[in-house]
Amino acid sequence: MRIFFLYSLRNLLSRRLTTILTGIGMCLVVFVFASILMLSEGLRKTLVDTGSYDNVIIVRKGATSEVQSAVERHQAAILETQQEIALGADGKPLFAKELVVLINLPKRDSDKPSNVVIRGIEENSLILRQQQIRIVEGRMPKPGSSEILAGINIAQRFKGAGIDESLTFALRNWNVVGIFDAGKTGFSSEVWADADQLMSAFRRQAYSSVVFKLKDTSEFDELKSRIETDPRLTIEAKREVRYYADQSEAMSSFLRILGMSLTIIFSLGAIIGAMITMYAAVANRIGEIGTLRSLGFQRSSILLAFLMESLLISLIGGVAGLILSSFLQFFTVSTMNFQTFSELAFSFSLTLEIALMSIFFSIIMGFLGGVLPAIRASRMKIVDLLR
Amino acid sequence: MALELKYLKSKKQMDFKKKFIEIRDIYKSYRRGNLIIPVLENISFDIVEGEFLALMGPSGSGKSTLLNLIAGIDKPDSGVISIQGVDITTLSETELAHWRASNVGFIFQFYNLIPVLTAFENIELPLLLTGLSKQERHEHVILALKIVNLEDRMHHFPGQLSGGQQQRVAIARAFVTDPTILVADEPTGDLDRVSAEDVLELMTRLNFELGKTIIMVTHDPKAAKKARQIQYLEKGIMHAHPQIDV
Repeated sequence: MRIFFLYSLRNLLSRRLTTILTGIGMCLVVFVFASILMLSEGLRKTLVDTGSYDNVIIVRKGATSEVQSAVERHQAAILETQQEIALGADGKPLFAKELVVLINLPKRDSDKPSNVVIRGIEENSLILRQQQIRIVEGRMPKPGSSEILAGINIAQRFKGAGIDESLTFALRNWNVVGIFDAGKTGFSSEVWADADQLMSAFRRQAYSSVVFKLKDTSEFDELKSRIETDPRLTIEAKREVRYYADQSEAMSSFLRILGMSLTIIFSLGAIIGAMITMYAAVANRIGEIGTLRSLGFQRSSILLAFLMESLLISLIGGVAGLILSSFLQFFTVSTMNFQTFSELAFSFSLTLEIALMSIFFSIIMGFLGGVLPAIRASRMKIVDLLR
Repeated sequence: MALELKYLKSKKQMDFKKKFIEIRDIYKSYRRGNLIIPVLENISFDIVEGEFLALMGPSGSGKSTLLNLIAGIDKPDSGVISIQGVDITTLSETELAHWRASNVGFIFQFYNLIPVLTAFENIELPLLLTGLSKQERHEHVILALKIVNLEDRMHHFPGQLSGGQQQRVAIARAFVTDPTILVADEPTGDLDRVSAEDVLELMTRLNFELGKTIIMVTHDPKAAKKARQIQYLEKGIMHAHPQIDV
């Protein structure tokens, strides 16, 4: 086996240029493949991390996002009285009524406008998200004022969203008094303002959502079935993590489908490239194959030797593509989340599963590119090979 | 240097009357489009154990085809090739590959060494098909290299060796598994006179000292004179030649 491995490896090294070119083809396809998966995973992770498992979010029945949702004041009041809601240090329920609206802000670099989520919050909103959120600059806004907090991604990317700058929307000026970092979650791409101020500025009568923390997470199912069947409430209850996972689904699926389509087209090119390389290798080594067969090596050994060569190229290309794509983790991209129609910034995320899938994908390409030439090499007659 | 293949089967007393290879009524033809071209017709002869047979004849006379049939890399249209009592024409492809691995050593005109493997690794190749351990294989290869006097070149690739040296490596590869038959197709055809003499000397020693049965196809009368017996083939028909006193 060692000699066959050396045989395959040294043959690859002896025709360095074609090996490198074929490997580059494989490398680029694996790079695209891994990048798309990393992008999709980054988006999913960003949105899923936005939620907490203990928290429950209430939206209007049928609404797929807070933007489409409306929870009336009287419905919020009924929900606030539920016994399963955890109590804060002050003995009050950890319960926040929130408003989500979209506004249009120009970007710092291009001046092009893009949608940004403005979240109207209450005091409890920060307590409910205390694990994700910390203020990195400035201070908390005073309740009942036009002061706002900007997520770090918004502060960096949008005009007027930096500390001590001001934004104009709903015919008012809003002063940015603090910047918060919510890590790699969706909150980092939001602007937070006082919910009541925001409601009056936008003349809204209903909240977009209600968020609360459960005393005991195991009570969720029971609570959900009770409030969803309450005739006074036309709402839907979801665990916060589930809600944000659903948010990522459409965009994530879109990225995956687009990415896979592109990858399949590219991979056809790489497979054909590998096939041409391996057919040429077989043609150049007819005599060697004949010699090995005459010495007593079976057809299967020849098939394996050539297949191993093709798999080696693809493996080298695959690993190179994966290493290249791993550098994408240092980049943050922003895109429109189709579910909320707002700008969302997220990073490429490389997981072990993606790494294994990429290597497996490269091996499949190597196999498909190498199998026909290897079969040809193994099926020829010895006398024809030695002629 | 006397051959010292201690690991090989001990040299037995050769019985030059014992039929070792029996070839009966061999026909072989090739098809070219609709045309059937006969290559060998009604070939029958015996080869005794320990024979050194030279097959001569003009180009296209069927020498190499006959050699390929005896070596088990091609099959006749009809006839029997019995080697040590085994009719190799009835063996399946897999059985033939096993049979070749343990019974036949090949020496080619153009050496047919694997260019990306060293002399050592080339000689080790056929041993991979045996059940020998790595250590045993190593010992066998070193001994074979000693016999062909190329110990100092074991880590050289074929491209770093002269033609004569490459052919000696090929001969070492042919006998390293201790096969009963060595087949050689124009072994001196690509060598200068001095290298050819060395190669023929080595083959003669393998025949005399180890009793290997050698069948050699050659155009070269000087090479053929090294053989115990010469057979002529012409247009696919065999003509016996009186035995040469060696």
